[in-house]
Amino acid sequence: MKTVIEGSHAVSYGVMLSRVHVICAYPITPQTHVVEKLSELCASGELQARFLKVESEHSAMAVCIGASATGARVFTATSSQGLALMHELLHWAAGARLPIVMANVNRALGAPWNIWCDQTDSLSQRDTGWLQFYCESSQEVVDTVIQAYKISEIVSLPSMVILDAFYLSHTFEPVDIPDKERVDRFLPRYEPKFKLDPKDPRSFSSLTSPDVFPEMKFQMQQAMEKAKAVVLDVDEEYQKIFGRSYRLVEAYRCEDAELILVTSGTVSSTSREVIDQYRDEGKAIGLLKIKSFRPFPSEEIRKELKGIPKVAVIDRNISYGMGGIFAAELRSSLCNEEDRPMVFSFIAGLGGRDITQETISDVIEYTLEQDRPREDILWPDLRR
Amino acid sequence: MEKRFPEEEYMMSGHLACSGCGATIGMRYALKALGQDTVVVLPASCWSVIAGVFPYDSLKVPVYHVAFETAASSATGVKAGLEMIGDSATTVLAWAGDGGTFDIGLQALSGAAERNEDFIYVCYDNEAYMNTGVQRSSATPFRTWTTTTPILHTKEEAKKNIMEIMAAHQIPYAATASIAYPEDFFNKIKKAKEMKGFKFIHILSSCPTGWRLPAQLSVKAARLAVLTRIFPLYEIECGEKYRINVRPEFHPVREYLNLQGRFSHLTDSDIGGVQQNVEKAWERLVKKAEA
Repeated sequence: MKTVIEGSHAVSYGVMLSRVHVICAYPITPQTHVVEKLSELCASGELQARFLKVESEHSAMAVCIGASATGARVFTATSSQGLALMHELLHWAAGARLPIVMANVNRALGAPWNIWCDQTDSLSQRDTGWLQFYCESSQEVVDTVIQAYKISEIVSLPSMVILDAFYLSHTFEPVDIPDKERVDRFLPRYEPKFKLDPKDPRSFSSLTSPDVFPEMKFQMQQAMEKAKAVVLDVDEEYQKIFGRSYRLVEAYRCEDAELILVTSGTVSSTSREVIDQYRDEGKAIGLLKIKSFRPFPSEEIRKELKGIPKVAVIDRNISYGMGGIFAAELRSSLCNEEDRPMVFSFIAGLGGRDITQETISDVIEYTLEQDRPREDILWPDLRR
Repeated sequence: MEKRFPEEEYMMSGHLACSGCGATIGMRYALKALGQDTVVVLPASCWSVIAGVFPYDSLKVPVYHVAFETAASSATGVKAGLEMIGDSATTVLAWAGDGGTFDIGLQALSGAAERNEDFIYVCYDNEAYMNTGVQRSSATPFRTWTTTTPILHTKEEAKKNIMEIMAAHQIPYAATASIAYPEDFFNKIKKAKEMKGFKFIHILSSCPTGWRLPAQLSVKAARLAVLTRIFPLYEIECGEKYRINVRPEFHPVREYLNLQGRFSHLTDSDIGGVQQNVEKAWERLVKKAEA
């Protein structure tokens, strides 16, 4: 049965169903509804977790790291400045190989102040060793939180479940909240191989010399590579039980496409509408939604884009001096292919500007008209 | 004769401390008091190195190395995690230096104290960033030489009063200690272990390397800090009940200062100033203890 809930609460219910032991967070708009709901669930006893309300996001992540090292299942949520403040500890969590799951509500980073949707916060954490899953709907959010615990606990790397500020976090949608008993069967208790235990005393994260440091980093890369297969396995198992699947990427109406739009997050939903209209007019436009940014699904992208003449990537983010971050990653996945598409990179929707159907149509029209992009970065919604 | 300390050792030889290091004496007695059911949380500090380079480890209890400013927040998480998986018996010991406590870790420390988290926080204070090569911290005393407060421009500010900061949080227990008074320290750790809530112990930990002090005088210097009343030994319960543990006869501060190269540039007038400040601080402490 479906219940109409807010996107933020989809996170909270996913956390509750995952039977988390320790939650630690610091409030920041637009993440607050996630933790407010969790506070209620803990207070009512529906979720038997310890919720620690600490004095900063940096401490929130430190608490998660400490608790996770004991073998507890942990959760935090943040956004924007809060995520940036955590940055140091994101490296620490991944390096310590802890399966922490965090929700990040994509919000622009200051200056100037802006509380609205923008992916630059999470994408700036690209190299920290966290898995990153970008969600399109509240249903995908609740399902991804549950899946993320399973994936993280298998590969021993933390996961970030990412949702767009307001477009998803504060929007109400009908959601099928998974059945508790079935989630328990899907996600058994976390049993780490090593943990802080006085009966089995070990030292963790101690000073490590060049003799062994590179091998540890190699193992992290291996874990990321393994994560691709794990995501697919976990997703398949989830589909068998709950009937829903997301995979690493989703190709929508890509058959015989002359142009494929590449998106992530809620703009994917708007894009589906636009693509349907083009298809109705007989124009072969498709959509490739990237769900997993880390690990980056290079093989899937190469497969889906093989033989496609043109690709238009919409990035709600920017790496200053280079451009759209998904576009750059996608290009680097394709650069050694002989039969590769012309890639057009569009930056739109920064700081919460609405990416409308008109904006998406403009992107498609431009890409269809031009043989190659006239600029490295195209700005379809910029006022100049 | 009754044995003063348990024979069991939880700190092993082969650690990487400098000779005469006070911080190793502190850890040895802290663990004797706490026993096997302990998890040690170590932020960046000399102890990040002393504990040993992977895969070696000088402690027989679990050790968690954490980021510099996170001793109190990481220990909060360790305690919460242990409790939620069903282990309420294990004591969590956060063991941080003065830099990690007075400076970069102060926010997390204040947060954990305000929430009255149930663990013991020990600040082993060697009065500068010793692990990085003797740079000044806010625990460095007035007029001290360090590599960032050279002789031509020594520290112009007084040492931060961390005990008053902790007392203001009204935590169940705060105490000072000295590596030269191991029984006192041992008893304070024992006492802290039996109490619920946030316990803070500030132990002066002599550092021959940074204090420019012969290693064999390390314990003597730490003892003189107490005897000269530069570093009095006392306890504060619930932020208001003060008790002085050692009331030494008068020893001039010169006895302590003259041992150490880091004070060798002090003039008679500087030393007179230090003496005056120490006497004022002692009077304030005595008043609080009598209140």
